[in-house]
Amino acid sequence: MLDKSYYEKADEIIAQHGAEQKALIPIIQDIQNEYRYLPPELLSYVAGKIGISEAKAFSVATFYENFSFDPKGKYVIKVCDGTACHVRNSLSVLDRLYTELGLSKDKVTTDDMLFTLETVSCLGACGLAPVMMINEDVYPAMTPDKAAEVIRKLREEA
Amino acid sequence: MKYMTINNRKVAFDDEKNVLSVLRKAGINLPTFCYHSELSTYGACRMCVVEDDRGRIFASCSETPRDGMVIYTNTPKLQHHRKMIIELLLASHCRDCTTCHANGTCELRQLALQLGVSYVRFKNYKEQVPIDETSPSIVIDQNKCILCGDCVRTCEEIQGIGVFDFAYRGSKMKVTPAFNRKMSETDCVGCGQCRLVCPTGAITIKTNFRPVWEALADKNTRVVAQIAPAVRVAIGDKFGLEKGRNAIGKLSAALRMMGFDEVYDTNLGADITVIEEAKEFVERLEKNENLPLFTSCCPGWVKFCENKHPEMAKHISTCRSPQSMFGAIIKEEARCNPKDERKTMVVSIMPCTAKKGEILRPEHYDDGEPVVDYVLTTSEVSRMIKEAGMDLSQITPEALDMPFGIASGAAAIFGVTGGVTEAVIRHVVGDSTSATLADISNIGVRGTAQVKEFEVTVGDRDVKIAVVHGLKAADELLTKMEKGEVYYDFVEVMACKRGCIAGGGQPLPFGPRTKNARYKGLYKIDSKSQIKISQDNPIVMNMYDTILKGKEHKLLHNQK
Ligand code: SF4
Ligand code: SF4
Ligand code: FES
Repeated sequence: MLDKSYYEKADEIIAQHGAEQKALIPIIQDIQNEYRYLPPELLSYVAGKIGISEAKAFSVATFYENFSFDPKGKYVIKVCDGTACHVRNSLSVLDRLYTELGLSKDKVTTDDMLFTLETVSCLGACGLAPVMMINEDVYPAMTPDKAAEVIRKLREEA
Repeated sequence: MKYMTINNRKVAFDDEKNVLSVLRKAGINLPTFCYHSELSTYGACRMCVVEDDRGRIFASCSETPRDGMVIYTNTPKLQHHRKMIIELLLASHCRDCTTCHANGTCELRQLALQLGVSYVRFKNYKEQVPIDETSPSIVIDQNKCILCGDCVRTCEEIQGIGVFDFAYRGSKMKVTPAFNRKMSETDCVGCGQCRLVCPTGAITIKTNFRPVWEALADKNTRVVAQIAPAVRVAIGDKFGLEKGRNAIGKLSAALRMMGFDEVYDTNLGADITVIEEAKEFVERLEKNENLPLFTSCCPGWVKFCENKHPEMAKHISTCRSPQSMFGAIIKEEARCNPKDERKTMVVSIMPCTAKKGEILRPEHYDDGEPVVDYVLTTSEVSRMIKEAGMDLSQITPEALDMPFGIASGAAAIFGVTGGVTEAVIRHVVGDSTSATLADISNIGVRGTAQVKEFEVTVGDRDVKIAVVHGLKAADELLTKMEKGEVYYDFVEVMACKRGCIAGGGQPLPFGPRTKNARYKGLYKIDSKSQIKISQDNPIVMNMYDTILKGKEHKLLHNQK
């Protein structure tokens, strides 16, 4: 059971979009923006409020890669591994970040909840390959060393 | 009249909703996995593809018929197509057909044979997931799922629950409860309607026949069988008997040969249910309190009401279900007869998978003991009979055992929607002349409409009654009642559409024609029986003076 404030926030978001079936995606997007993840309890809660089964809501939320049921770190790092980035060695950037952060394909968030490391298929910035994004900021022409440096700075800031 | 040309023949059609229905009307039965006339059209399995005169291939279930269409159903291109689909389905499907519970009913396997798929070129790379046996009613094996979505739509559109849906995407897609929950953690009511539509072994009955076989072989256990109304008109299906034929005599003989010590009729329990429920109803009417009265004999419905309309659950009758009343009486009788040193075990033979869950509920226990020990569905008993090497069609019928083998015709119709209500009305009216009985049968209680509403006069009061089947329809009715849009004094609900004759444990396959035959079969039993109303059952009335005396509440009602 989540804290009451979560449900109040959800009520607020539902009210903004209207408690209708078709509002499911915008509602859960807003919830995810609020908490940087989609708490499963809230997905069930929303389903009840807009009159769809939990299974249907789960179906929608798992269809889109974008929704995550696991809490994410303060900094969400997306390393692009699209074709252009891949050929310009994005994997070595990724590997370095894994070692730097102590993460792996199966463990994507640091225990201090500071970093989440994900790969994406294309960020649409192939000219800047290899690219990564941290939250809303784009980091072009990465090398393993540059990436490690970015992490070090963010750690200091935090 | 509009026409289309199917395989070079002109076929007339008028308002068929899709090309597939026109084809079926023309006698061409294309294979389908994802099409059921009662559900919305999904159009995903592509088994029903046809080709038009321009070489275009499309799914006939999802195409509106148009005047002048020219269609071919079996061109080499289509043959290749269908075969390929099956092969691809099999590619990621479990291949243990010999040990599958759907062995014999699996549509995937039948089609593979029919379309001549004799070899699968591809390896199965799908990650295997554990089988979910947490429901007392059904078993889910996702490894055998072909993603047709039939269960998804049945549970959602017919039952209004929506336990399953598709989740994830691409090669990871699966049909699962929300958050990959186990069935026991969902709102599943165990009705088994999803099992009826699943074309493979992904959803099957949770079987209980092993422990029953063991008890049958044990001299120190007295195994008592009771047979529900809807079983007798379906048990013959797997033995080539005419659909809807009453095979209770043959079944009773077979059960004895299997080792059951006594074989009785749940209909006797149904007669007592009628009397108790009518008593409760008249009391509530007189006091004008806690109306409407909801029937309690369908466990799928009871659970649904508790889950989805908890504030309405107080209206559910306190009567135990017929199987439960009957079991309670057998167990009580055994307790009163300590001379018999054997342990008494009650086995219910039911059309229903939800009954397997009902017997586990605490209110179906007396003195710390379950009133019914095992529920076997019609399908399981068919298998047991076969396992024992018997053929029902060759068995000479035998009568049920006395004293619990006599029941009224009113009890027999418990197996169809409207039956319980008709039986209760007969009892309340209390007149068994054929004119009165005919009047009651014409009051609006019979038939297959999803919701039937009518009035009956009881004393000086016009009593408003509703009869509904299928939980989605019940859900809608209850919502209207909650909003105060409609009012009733008495509401009968059955979870399964058309009632127990189409219960989740009945032998597969069955379609509308078989359902009609079972429906008629039960009314035929009623019309042939000499006892028409429950209080005319001499055994029952005698029981009220003997074993039931002073114990009505304990044995016949849910202790609260
Ligand atoms: S048994 Fe009934 S309630 Fe349960 S999943 Fe199947 S259709 Fe839904
Ligand atoms: S479980 Fe059965 S009915 Fe449901 S999608 Fe899979 S194959 Fe179809
Ligand atoms: S039956 Fe038409 S696509 Fe499945």
